[in-house]
Amino acid sequence: MTDLTQLTLAEARDAVAAKTISSTEITKAFVDAVEKARPLNAYVLETPEKALAMAKASDERIAKGQAGPLEGLPLGIKDLYATEGTRTTACSKIIGNFVPAYESTVTSQLWRDGAVMLGKLNNDEFAMGSSNETSAFGPVVSPWQRTGSNAKLVPGGSSGGSSAAVAANICLGATATDTGGSIRQPAAFTGTVGIKPTYGRCSRWGIVAFASSLDQAGPIAKTVRDNAILLRSMAGFDPKDSTSVDRPVPDYEKAVGASVKGMKIGIPKEYRVDGMSAEIEALWQKGADMLRAAGAEIVEVSLPHTKYALPAYYIVAPAEASSNLARYDGVRYGVRVPGKDIVSMYENTRAEGFGKEVRRRIMIGTYVLSAGYYDAYYVRAQKIRTLIRQDFEKVYAQGVNAILTPATPSAAFGIGEKGGADPVEMYLNDVFTVTVNMAGLPGIAVPGGLSTEGLPLGLQLIGRPFDEETLFSLGEVIEQAAGRIALPQRWWA
Amino acid sequence: MNATVDPKKLIKGATGDWEVVIGMEIHAQVTSKSKLFSGASTEFGGDPNDHVSLVDAAMPGMLPVINAECVAQAIRTGLGLKAQINLRSVFDRKNYFYPDLPQGYQISQYKDPIVGEGEVLVDLPDGQQITVGIERLHLEQDAGKSLHDQSPTLSFVDLNRSGVALMEIVSRPDLRSSEEARAYVTKLRTILRYLGTCDGNMEEGSLRADVNVSVRRPGEALGTRCEIKNVNSIRFIGQAIEYEARRQIGILEDGGKIDQETRLFDPGKGETRSMRSKEEAHDYRYFPDPDLLPLEFTQAYVDELKKGLPELPDEKKARFIATYGVTAYDAGVLVAERAGADYFEAVAKGRDGKAAANWVINELFGRLNKDGKDVTNSPVSAAQLGGIVDLISEGTISGKLAKDLFEIVWTEGGDPKEIVEARGMKQVTDTGAIEAAVDAVIAANPDKVEQAKAKPTMIGWFVGQVMKQSGGKANPQAVNDILKAKLGIE
Amino acid sequence: MSVDSATVRRIAHLARISVNDDEIAPLQNELNAILAFVEQLNEVDVANVEPMTSVTPMQLRQREDKVTDGHYPNKIVGNAPLTEDNYFLVPKVVE
Ligand SMILES: [Mg+2]
Ligand SMILES: [Zn+2]
Repeated sequence: MTDLTQLTLAEARDAVAAKTISSTEITKAFVDAVEKARPLNAYVLETPEKALAMAKASDERIAKGQAGPLEGLPLGIKDLYATEGTRTTACSKIIGNFVPAYESTVTSQLWRDGAVMLGKLNNDEFAMGSSNETSAFGPVVSPWQRTGSNAKLVPGGSSGGSSAAVAANICLGATATDTGGSIRQPAAFTGTVGIKPTYGRCSRWGIVAFASSLDQAGPIAKTVRDNAILLRSMAGFDPKDSTSVDRPVPDYEKAVGASVKGMKIGIPKEYRVDGMSAEIEALWQKGADMLRAAGAEIVEVSLPHTKYALPAYYIVAPAEASSNLARYDGVRYGVRVPGKDIVSMYENTRAEGFGKEVRRRIMIGTYVLSAGYYDAYYVRAQKIRTLIRQDFEKVYAQGVNAILTPATPSAAFGIGEKGGADPVEMYLNDVFTVTVNMAGLPGIAVPGGLSTEGLPLGLQLIGRPFDEETLFSLGEVIEQAAGRIALPQRWWA
Repeated sequence: MNATVDPKKLIKGATGDWEVVIGMEIHAQVTSKSKLFSGASTEFGGDPNDHVSLVDAAMPGMLPVINAECVAQAIRTGLGLKAQINLRSVFDRKNYFYPDLPQGYQISQYKDPIVGEGEVLVDLPDGQQITVGIERLHLEQDAGKSLHDQSPTLSFVDLNRSGVALMEIVSRPDLRSSEEARAYVTKLRTILRYLGTCDGNMEEGSLRADVNVSVRRPGEALGTRCEIKNVNSIRFIGQAIEYEARRQIGILEDGGKIDQETRLFDPGKGETRSMRSKEEAHDYRYFPDPDLLPLEFTQAYVDELKKGLPELPDEKKARFIATYGVTAYDAGVLVAERAGADYFEAVAKGRDGKAAANWVINELFGRLNKDGKDVTNSPVSAAQLGGIVDLISEGTISGKLAKDLFEIVWTEGGDPKEIVEARGMKQVTDTGAIEAAVDAVIAANPDKVEQAKAKPTMIGWFVGQVMKQSGGKANPQAVNDILKAKLGIE
Repeated sequence: MSVDSATVRRIAHLARISVNDDEIAPLQNELNAILAFVEQLNEVDVANVEPMTSVTPMQLRQREDKVTDGHYPNKIVGNAPLTEDNYFLVPKVVE
């Protein structure tokens, strides 16, 4: 029998629906694969008993003809999503023992639709990072290696556990979150597909907050179609989230394979940044060619405030984070480190509970909001955000359907290679993705080819608000043209 | 406002007169079933952490959703304060660490509050009326409660109040005495109760005042102020201001200067003291809450709420003066509580307003007060009191007997008219009977008759004697007239 | 703008994160690197630009005033480091 873990989510769904395989069979295959893949450190918590129990329940529903759209399909869940009765830590020591009494809206919708949970996936602590190296559980090792090298590479971040697990076939698909690129950058680094939907498309309720005005949930999966299937279940209006948008969720899968003929695709000249590698430049060109070949029209567009997105992001995101993370104080949950009084209890708890990067961002966020600096930093950054969104609005008003850019400035790098003394070096990873969060737009990362070192490279498509469907149609064109970038071999087992 | 200095309100110091300047921030709990941003109950009391949702406890990933009724209540209150209603307002986070503040920030409104400038008219006991400016009203979350006396080393935290909606009502520094401050809070509480937007229950903490006090020489610029936090009774507000003003005057007269600081009032000692935990300067790092959008509503919505407002105390007072002819002072007393005003109106309708006011204020309110009762559970109903007033105006009973009758109705109940019949309390207006009684008294007291002729005020003594003989039932006016005629007094 | 070591200490205290003396200098450098990076925002003319308050053009929804939540103190204190009788316990707070 074929290795069931190699199936795409759509293939597995069809096989389970056709009863050629049972949920229990495929879940067992994944439970075994998860166990064997421990060297990747993609899972911070494996829940095999729960997975098999959910699979059994799925099989019973299938037998009764009550199957949901994700019936019996094993998924990995980023550890930022609260899962009722299952430890949820945001990969931080400060809530390293937290067991929520509630289930996030997005995961509850996955279970509603029949999905099976394999366990909780590693991520950068509180989703702050671009390499998954800030996790309290240690870094995730990418399943990818450079040709002729066994140097350990990062899977991207913050959803590094999600991207690595999908690429390594240790789940059919994974939930992820994206605040500045945390779905698209790791997808690009691992040859997987990830979509950050429009802000407000997925509920944030029950997902540990990093930066509220930027955070969005989304899937990482093997193919564009798998993303479309997962997003349909994840998305939807939630009255418990005041920023959730009340509009119907389309059947995204219908958009996969739809014609893109006549669509206008913008190429923003400002993304041709200084020192862009020839490899990335070529990838971008290739992506444009693929879309043109499918009948789309390629036009140059201008997004003049692009270069200010990343610095503005590094004001807005830490500012919101400094406030969002104030609740981790050792009083109601999580770790408490004693002190001589209440203030020193707070200070000790937060110094020991938070990792270095999180502490740094809280400090920057606290500083930019503090008396005398608020207008100079935070208000200015939010004004620049308005300008960034207006840039996109102008381009879309010209009839542009979507914008094509590279997803990352480079292929994956080695663990420990970046962001030592200068944090900004690491931050530059998100230079192409962060504008999308600042403007609240949907963006998808699709593999476009391999680097000269044999590593995946991703392209990004940016859509109009709530037009994820166009992104799925265009993403499918690239995926078909470039071919799926599947992992050539597993080195860990 | 109050531009001219009223010498009566100045405080005498060792080196001259001082003027106290007071502004207040009132925290009024919004009357609502559930909390401002969660579906947990606002009910007072409850077991520890029972009226608490995951949102109120700031569990990771929890988000606020605003309660429509709290918004409506804030708008109603704004209308009651004749204030600007802002169709767009913004919720900000006020960031600070405290164990009873689970999120590490309070959701409040900073730059753009829901209600802007308004005013409150305040009547003082001497009949003077002052206008107190309202700077703003904003919505915000209440904090939880810490108990400090359960253990020598630990504080106990209960989040039942955490997230309950508060209206912070900020006045201008328009108050010039502790008496004015007390009258202002009393009036504000009356307005809130009329509107039904806050129950005004200070014992349960539904209304708390932060009192800003400074002193200055009359006519000089504002002095440095101290904020006395969370004073929870009107009496304490008065005491705290008196103490604080004298404390500041003492320091200034000794050549010292006032440190701007936050203080607490200790009701046991009647003193204010510096809050130790507030020694460091605060930096609240306000910014708009990214979990919420700006709060927006239409003028049509405001107008609709306005239509549903009850008659407010100022309007009611004016109407009572105009319709029932009561004095401004009496009208003020009558409208202080909506239930009392309603009671009065039921008595006054179709009767002499002044008499009704007199009976309601002096007899009824006095009696209620004596028994610690509320007008809503008065043993004498408005219909019964109306009956008593009718019996007086018809001349059936005298004022004096009416008081006895009131006491009978109070303790025994019953229809006043029937009681008067049954107990023979009717007033005698038969002039023949009165004449006979007058003649008897004159005959029995010839010496007094001589005196009365020289000193006409002696007639009072004769009236008393005649009334006594008639068992109080003689019509006093008739007695007086007949006596005058018989004694030959003009 | 850049921060000095006293500011680093002040910010750390405001954020309730204790820092050792030997952490101050590296933290100061890192924060200054970030502040230097964001300095370029000063190039942008933001006169007459409204700061973004919500990225989605929509109105704040209001929920009905109903009691729909609470009455589960065990869930509230279930993860707490120190509790008694469903209260959270913290080192004594002095006012
Ligand atoms: Mg205040
Ligand atoms: Zn307040």
